[in-house]
Amino acid sequence: MRGLRSSALAGVLAAALAAPAGAVQPDEMLDDPALEERAREISEGLRCLVCQNESIDESNAPLARDLRILVRDRLVEGDSDEEVVDFIVARYGEFVLLQPTTGGWNWLLWAAGPLMLLVAGGVGAVYLRGRARGEDGAAALSAEEEARLRELLRDR
Amino acid sequence: MITELGHFALILAFLTALVQMIVPLVGAHMRWPGWMAVAEPAASAQFLLTAGSFAALVYAFVTSDFSLAVVTSNSHSAKPLLYKITGTWGNHEGSMLLWVLILTLFGAMAAWFGGGLPPSLRARVLAVQSSVAAAFFAFILFTSNPFDRLAVPPFDGQDLNPLLQDPGLAFHPPFLYLGYVGLSICFSFAVAALIEGRVDAAWGRWVRPWTLASWGFLTIGIGLGSWWAYYELGWGGFWFWDPVENASFMPWLFAAALLHSAIVVEKREALKAWTILLAILAFGFSLIGTFIVRSGLLTSVHAFANDPERGVFILAILVVFTGGALTLFAARAGVMQARGVFGVVSREGALVANNILLAVSSFVVFVGTMWPLVAEMFLDRKLSVGAPFFNLAFTPFMLVLGLILPVGAMLSWKRGRAGRTLRALAPAFGLALALAALVWAIQTGRSILGPVGVFLGAWLVAGAATDLWSKTGRGGSLARLGRLPRADWGKAVAHGGLGVTMLGIAGLLAWESEDIRVAQIGERFTVGSFELELADVRQVQGPNYLSTMGEIVVRQDGAEIVTLHPEKRNYPVAQMPTTEAAIDYRFLRDLYVVIGDAQEGGGWVVRTYIKPLANWIWAGCLLMAFGAGLSLSDRRFRVAAGARKAPGTAVPAE
Repeated sequence: MRGLRSSALAGVLAAALAAPAGAVQPDEMLDDPALEERAREISEGLRCLVCQNESIDESNAPLARDLRILVRDRLVEGDSDEEVVDFIVARYGEFVLLQPTTGGWNWLLWAAGPLMLLVAGGVGAVYLRGRARGEDGAAALSAEEEARLRELLRDR
Repeated sequence: MITELGHFALILAFLTALVQMIVPLVGAHMRWPGWMAVAEPAASAQFLLTAGSFAALVYAFVTSDFSLAVVTSNSHSAKPLLYKITGTWGNHEGSMLLWVLILTLFGAMAAWFGGGLPPSLRARVLAVQSSVAAAFFAFILFTSNPFDRLAVPPFDGQDLNPLLQDPGLAFHPPFLYLGYVGLSICFSFAVAALIEGRVDAAWGRWVRPWTLASWGFLTIGIGLGSWWAYYELGWGGFWFWDPVENASFMPWLFAAALLHSAIVVEKREALKAWTILLAILAFGFSLIGTFIVRSGLLTSVHAFANDPERGVFILAILVVFTGGALTLFAARAGVMQARGVFGVVSREGALVANNILLAVSSFVVFVGTMWPLVAEMFLDRKLSVGAPFFNLAFTPFMLVLGLILPVGAMLSWKRGRAGRTLRALAPAFGLALALAALVWAIQTGRSILGPVGVFLGAWLVAGAATDLWSKTGRGGSLARLGRLPRADWGKAVAHGGLGVTMLGIAGLLAWESEDIRVAQIGERFTVGSFELELADVRQVQGPNYLSTMGEIVVRQDGAEIVTLHPEKRNYPVAQMPTTEAAIDYRFLRDLYVVIGDAQEGGGWVVRTYIKPLANWIWAGCLLMAFGAGLSLSDRRFRVAAGARKAPGTAVPAE
């Protein structure tokens, strides 16, 4: 398992994690390279349910192997990629999808970045224009400084 | 005995932290020099006490003192010495002690090197730093005490997770913590400045070295973790968008933003409020990371003890410090008037764009990380947000960042001339485009990723070189190049490093090839331009493991280039197998070989991967960290930080 990678703590993988020996076994692989490639691509997007945040393509848990074989069986039966994924989702729920759908409130997840960029860009633009306008000189002096300036000028 | 002393030192450190948190703060408020002066010796004492306590725990690990619960569950007498030492922080309790050790180290360094700071600011910085330390001391002593004894010590321990018995991982946490925790100093400076009510160029100059150092360490820490994942996990993945990885990545992004916005404060006295906010957020996200790792809130392979009590404690720390600082910010931000005036097209403008991209991309990572939790709590949906989401939602920001970086880095302050800068960069742009086109033409397959990566990498590196060259003046010379300030070199090296990393990632993802097969002993097979022969497989006894070791002879064009020894290890005490990939590291590609299970019909599973440009990912990280180091060693910081104390340029913000 890909444990502790980058972050913290080398912590400690709590529970017993299975061995990190690559996942796809030679005996699972399909003879047709085009079909096998499609199987790999689909597997990379499906989450291994008993692992933490791993695709069935990466995991060597027995359940992941079952799912990999299931995906290949469906492909051999002639299912399209979407049909295979739909079949798995129908059985295991949307939790298996590593890439969440855009359905329901999930649009907010997908739109969060672009929306935030718009907001931040807007605020940034207003700020920058404000800074640029300050250049006419008058605004660069505070009220206090202006009062002092007037005072100096009056003294003359 | 030594254990008791360590425990006692920890308690004393906690009490010192409480004193240092209160007395200097009162002193600064009442203008009592004696009370303010308490901070300095207290910070040193706190550090020394914590170091003593930590040393006691290391001693317990080295001598395999199984009367300590934490040693029993994370060590074994047969473990190699290196891993007995590093095992000290390979567990929740020990790693928290390392965390506070670094926290107090930074506090002490702020006291030692802070001679140039106005006394009241220094007292406040140290008091705020100490309040963070006090919270974590309390956390350790009340919920995760590493010095807890076992009533009946066992004969031997349960061993450290074998995945952690690895040099790359041994040093990953200390670097990561130096980065994470280093940001606490920036936080303390920000809060102290808010209490003080003034932020000026000098403040920017004081904060920047700390940010540079933290960011540099964080870069190394994340890089080490990623490299470890690459060689240890058996198939060469290097980044998984795991919640805990994200937890370290968000502070990195914020620290990068802070690094750049503090320049604007220092040089132009603008972006003050924003910089303060970034300093608070950067450390706030470090705390969120700690919370994610220690609470078990999000499912992650890093799962630490999933203890609700600890989670609630850290959540409280998070809320008090981040919430408190943000409240203070809301109350005081208004008084921080920007002074600098600059055009939209200017270095300042470019740095604002940099900050927007970094902050928003970090926000995307945050939303993606927390979304499964939100969906489960409010929408009653159990869903996953995995790598495909982050690749799609995060990458565009980095592409834009890479695209505008060389231009922004060369615009002049105040009012830049876009035309002139673009003309200066035209050769770099042309070179990058030509290389991308070349790669597009010769690559097999039709991936757009490779050429884009080559373009960005070349554009960033050539852009950094152009920037340096332009500083030598008209008709620049190599001698002048050598005399440029180290900060200029640091900037160029770090920006170039980012390009190298981007190129490495794109190259690896675009052109990686893989071969999975059953090989018989003596069988030869071809992968890419290599011919591999599984010469032998034998059993080898390690110090605390059993290994199945393959011997694979690699030939290219008929000539033998290397013999690789991939291993499958089994650690009997921990009852865990691990895979040790054998990697032939080369400049342009890695050859990565893994041995799998024996097959019933004879033969072994052998996985072979050709990973182009893999090393470039971590070489780029090293360059970025090295760039930060170069900037940090610039004369300006060494000499001027103290000399600037006469507040000629410092104007009260009120």
